[in-house]
Amino acid sequence: MSLNVVIVGAGPAGLAAAWSASQSNANVTLIDQADQAGGQIWRGGQGYAPKRYQHLFFQHTALQYRKQTHVLGASEQQLYLATPQGPQQLRYDRLILANGARELFLPFPGWTLPKVVGVGGLQALVKGGLPIVGKRVVIAGSGPLLIAVASQLKQRGAIIKAVVEQAPIAQLLRFGRSLVGHPTKMLQAAQSAQALANTPFYVNTWIIAAEGEGEVQQVQLSNGQRIECDYLACSWGLIANTELAQQLGCRLEQGFVVVDRSQHTSRDQVYAVGELTGIGGEDKAVIEGQIAGFVATGNYQAASQLAQQQAQAWQFSQQLAASFALRPELRQLAQANTIVCRCEDVTFGQLQSQPSWRSAKLQTRCGMGICQGRVCGGATQYLFGWSQDSVRFPIHSVSVADLVMESV
Amino acid sequence: MKQIRISINGTEYHVAEHSNLAAVLMDKAIANRRSVTGEPRMAVCGMGSCGECRVTINQQAHQLACLQQCCEGMEVNCEP
Repeated sequence: MSLNVVIVGAGPAGLAAAWSASQSNANVTLIDQADQAGGQIWRGGQGYAPKRYQHLFFQHTALQYRKQTHVLGASEQQLYLATPQGPQQLRYDRLILANGARELFLPFPGWTLPKVVGVGGLQALVKGGLPIVGKRVVIAGSGPLLIAVASQLKQRGAIIKAVVEQAPIAQLLRFGRSLVGHPTKMLQAAQSAQALANTPFYVNTWIIAAEGEGEVQQVQLSNGQRIECDYLACSWGLIANTELAQQLGCRLEQGFVVVDRSQHTSRDQVYAVGELTGIGGEDKAVIEGQIAGFVATGNYQAASQLAQQQAQAWQFSQQLAASFALRPELRQLAQANTIVCRCEDVTFGQLQSQPSWRSAKLQTRCGMGICQGRVCGGATQYLFGWSQDSVRFPIHSVSVADLVMESV
Repeated sequence: MKQIRISINGTEYHVAEHSNLAAVLMDKAIANRRSVTGEPRMAVCGMGSCGECRVTINQQAHQLACLQQCCEGMEVNCEP
């Protein structure tokens, strides 16, 4: 009987793992919640992905690709799924987690106004057809995503009013120098910089407030400027989607899944790849995905040939984390009446007196809404240093019908 | 690009086939939902994490608009 390899997440890391696992005779299943493979970086269709992975976007390949499928939880050999056809269980012999990352949002006055969106969020919506030609956009927060998205949106006809990066110039220059060993990243950075030649770029600066009637119309910056806009895209880096790994009992350190050089987690037969093990973008995701797919199917030699690239990707991810470390002033942005938990409208003032995440949940309902702390959990960790408790089944909100298994 | 018809809160709209539903609602400045204190909300993360874009689609409540492509005859309802 052939080995059941199940991969969760069809972004670059998951697709790379699916590709390398498919080089064996294993029975490979790729699960993804979106209606199209590609994840965030290759969002928008197979044309965004390298040729090698393009065939994996389609259902009719040897590999089983299950789209619009949410993983609700996992036990030692079984995944519990909510699929468009209803609830299902799926057995695995090897499990490769490629859940990716989400943006870190920090609360500031006005951040709940419509058209205040994530940086990757706005990029996703524009790829999904949101008209951006002639729209005035401010892009703020921290990280290389700001520049990348600003240049993409500008090329699509948006008016980028400002790019606002909180990191100080010295850190950014150090990051720039660190790109020297990564020619493709140098090229991307140079292309983005050229595209943004006439765009105001403020460093050492951050958003103080968003204002507007019914939707965002103006933003206020820490340097005293006020800028009118149609969209404010902001995020302060990325946090890994570790919920499934946590439920499986994989060891985490500082918000990331701990893996060895084979991408093996602390749990038997469970691997983690891409942003889950440290934010590093496309190159790191692809290399780690390939390694895990090879190792999980016993092709150790192919995996070992990627060791050097793996080490480089890891080094880049460490430089990224150091360069865009968040400044303490960002903890002072939320006012007493600023909402922190968007699902339950819990304010900063209500949370200030709480000693812990658990207490905040019990006393205020913070983190108890549909996102289950995916947004406010990152914010409260930064604001108050709270860490989350255990992750329980189901890890996504589902209808009761999706919980009633046929076998029950 | 092929246009299709969808209905949002009872009004018919022509949109490009395969447009993302959250993108359509944001472009038309239609709030996806009301927060528990009554604030209008639209999509934020665009990738299925935050839940702010949830709407009722074909009578099924709490569907994430950012994970949905528009299709012919889709009936969308947002919290008033």
